[in-house]
Amino acid sequence: MAARVAHVELRGFGWRHAGRAAWAVRGVDLRIERGERVLLLGPSGAGKSTLLAALAGLLAEDSGEQEGTVTAVPGGVGIVFQDPETQLVMARAGDDVAFGLENRGVPFEEIWPTVDAALAAVGFTYPRDHPTSALSGGEQQRLALAGALATRPSLLLLDEPTANLDPHGAALVRSAIGRVLADRDTTLVLVEHRVAEALGLVDRVVVLGDGGVVADGAPDAVFAEHGAALAEQGVWVPGHPVTPRRAGSPAGPELLRGEGLWFRHPGIDRFALTDVDCLVRAAEALAVVGPNGSGKSTLALLLGGLLVPTRGAVMPTVDLAAGLTRPPHRWRAAALASRIGSVFQDPEHQFVSTRVVDELALGPRRVGRTAGETASIVDDLLARLRLSHLAHANPYTLSGGEQRRLSVATALATAPRVLILDEPTFGQDRRTWIELVDLLAKLRDDGCGVVAVTHDSDFVQALADRTLWMIGASNE
Amino acid sequence: MSSVATLMRRSDAPLARRNPVAKLAAGLVFTFAVLATLDPLTPALAIVIVLAAVPLFGVGYRELARRAAPVLLGATGVIVSLLFFAAERTGAVLFTLGPFAVTTGMVYTALGLSLRLFAVALPAILIFTTTDPTDLADALIQNVKAPPRFAIGALAALRLVPLLGAQWRLLTLARRARGVDAGANPIAALRNFASATFALLVGAIRRGTRLAMAMDARGFDSSEPRTSARRQRFGPADLALVVASIALSAALLATTVALGTFDPLLA
Amino acid sequence: MATAETQTSGRWRTVDIVVASVVGVAFGVVFWAWTLLWSGPADAIPLPGRAFMYGMWLVPAVLGGLIIRKPGAATYTETVAAVVAIALGSVWGWSIFFQGVIEGLGAELAFAIFAYRRFSVGVALLAGTLAGLAAAIFDIVAWYPASAYDTATMRLPYVAITAVSSAVIAGLGGYALTRALAQTGVLDRFPSGRERVPV
Repeated sequence: MAARVAHVELRGFGWRHAGRAAWAVRGVDLRIERGERVLLLGPSGAGKSTLLAALAGLLAEDSGEQEGTVTAVPGGVGIVFQDPETQLVMARAGDDVAFGLENRGVPFEEIWPTVDAALAAVGFTYPRDHPTSALSGGEQQRLALAGALATRPSLLLLDEPTANLDPHGAALVRSAIGRVLADRDTTLVLVEHRVAEALGLVDRVVVLGDGGVVADGAPDAVFAEHGAALAEQGVWVPGHPVTPRRAGSPAGPELLRGEGLWFRHPGIDRFALTDVDCLVRAAEALAVVGPNGSGKSTLALLLGGLLVPTRGAVMPTVDLAAGLTRPPHRWRAAALASRIGSVFQDPEHQFVSTRVVDELALGPRRVGRTAGETASIVDDLLARLRLSHLAHANPYTLSGGEQRRLSVATALATAPRVLILDEPTFGQDRRTWIELVDLLAKLRDDGCGVVAVTHDSDFVQALADRTLWMIGASNE
Repeated sequence: MSSVATLMRRSDAPLARRNPVAKLAAGLVFTFAVLATLDPLTPALAIVIVLAAVPLFGVGYRELARRAAPVLLGATGVIVSLLFFAAERTGAVLFTLGPFAVTTGMVYTALGLSLRLFAVALPAILIFTTTDPTDLADALIQNVKAPPRFAIGALAALRLVPLLGAQWRLLTLARRARGVDAGANPIAALRNFASATFALLVGAIRRGTRLAMAMDARGFDSSEPRTSARRQRFGPADLALVVASIALSAALLATTVALGTFDPLLA
Repeated sequence: MATAETQTSGRWRTVDIVVASVVGVAFGVVFWAWTLLWSGPADAIPLPGRAFMYGMWLVPAVLGGLIIRKPGAATYTETVAAVVAIALGSVWGWSIFFQGVIEGLGAELAFAIFAYRRFSVGVALLAGTLAGLAAAIFDIVAWYPASAYDTATMRLPYVAITAVSSAVIAGLGGYALTRALAQTGVLDRFPSGRERVPV
């Protein structure tokens, strides 16, 4: 009987991206048999995405340097990435699934039956000409999965397919993956943050770290042996919950209040926000939760003085306003930044300089601090947020966690008494997540009013002193 | 941004349904004819023809007026510039504004130039509001043999327009949150604009690079010939549209020549 | 094995096509944002004064050429920007398409003169100037004919101001923009991005 040929085999594999000094991944020895379902874990920066890209044959020779070998038995590879908006190609759902078939020269008569079969396999319920932009994140990812499956690959790679989604969307995608795996023999390699929920789909866990594969085996065995170490490095290991950081003392006085807030974008009929009341107090962490589309981000922008309410008002207390009489959306930007700070979901939206130190210095200079004061504020923040070694780096070259810390630091540089964050834990591994929670807890304990818009229930459990539920058109 | 969203509809109106390349060719021919002359009669007639064709495109007159409103600004600019810099001020003087005389000759020229603007803008509006970008890309590939990778690549990038628009709005808000605003200072406003443009470009190129990788993952980069899941036919009705446009354009120019009002652009 | 790329293959990779398209599309959005912001006040300034900012419309051509560094990049990027500008509602209708192609070809000429091997600030300046000349000459032929507007006080200054504006904003500006973009790491898949120190 001939030896079974592995479906995928990596020997001493390493990759260095062009333009980066450090190796993305190095010394990986891994063998995956046909039909196996593998969960690939590791801290941020361990090279999981690079590894998947290598398996999909997407690392072009001119984009870096390779060590070792990677071989996959032919049979086609399908890959799904984490951001739906940058992997959907066409404007209509059916056309997008057909895209892969068109590329492979599939004759016209065979295309649409295959498309319909793929859509059915993932449980996609909309018609073929439904606009892709009108789909929720979870539905878009299901569509991406259908597109990857249409060419009947024997190896399916999923690179954090639920990372950008709210819990509802994530569940949609997981059920689609489950359906697909149930009736075919596809080999699966899955990279996923929410480990607990992914365990039902896999039968083997491989952990990637410095120097290659660090652990490999059945889930229970791997977690029993390496669980604590993995949790420490930032992997979301089941059974290692995070201790809550509730406020030690009761909430302070009121700082900011939103009353009867309605908001509608000019030119659009639908109200994004209807009749919402909100209260922000000093030394208290408020979590704003609710499904996608309930207006959470809009509320954050209104409270932050960045949008004008269509009806209702955002009213700061005299204490917070410190001499200003008009509502926050009429304040000059410098006045706003020193009273209410806003941290956006994508840190890159808020970068305006070419070096980290300049980013940190910008805020204090704008609100009128002297050069000396600014320098000491910057040094303090660099140290507190562990960014000192990156002081002269370009903000866009920082990793996700570092960018998040920088964006929070820039908001803190102007010492606002209210800090509003939109999805602060988005895409964070366990270590940066804990850092962020500690940071926000300390801010809260120091008297700041922290408002976090989030759909991360662990975050709410760990930090929130009070929760505001947004449900569709009204709130409770 | 809403104009891109409405591009999604596929209309049933007789002219809207025509092959996108046929519509494009018809529009281009017509535009050439209008641009060829400077007199006011040609564009006036052209506008009448276009307005008559509007119902055949399934577009309402109100909507057309709304989309054509910016052209008024352009026309204003043309007229104001003429006031200051006219080459010749022939004809009877109607009135003077400071050192500048306004003559009948100038009014005639201004009319010609402004009407010309409208006559060029209107067909473009009609064609763009009734053409689906995917259909256009397919037609370019199938009927005109345009290189498929470029057409589809451009189409994929076009999908990002509403996202980039939303991102632009967020970028301006984010700058305000950082304490940076321009107030009444135009230089500061320019600086902020440049800063937001840079950030938009970084984000756009990043997304483009990821999108390219996703497209390669689905076999886009192969040298194998692509098939298409959608058929774009160029039939007799489409040919008729192009022929009609050529005929109308020729008739327009013939009319103005015959009436002696022809004022060629390239004299 | 860091090598300085001097010779890139002529064939456009997917990432070349998509990023060139995306740069064009992004500028279409920037032009839309610009007209939103400045429509009123800017249109009040009579020509040829308005030509001072003209260079902005030519940035896609120079930027496309500097980033992608392949024959046709300048023309393609400017054309895509023009098409998006028309789709988002432009005053000048179809003529923008032709003008965009011609402007792109102007910049393209500069890169072609140097056989697509040199992409220095001087080449960028030349590309900006040629694109600006192409744009301005198109305008004075199609929209500001000699029979209507005075050549000495309006048409010639218009061409001169546009050319200078394009040289500065599109040429120098485009060059600086490319360097700044390379520093952020987004151009790592391109030869223009490999010239920075590895991070």
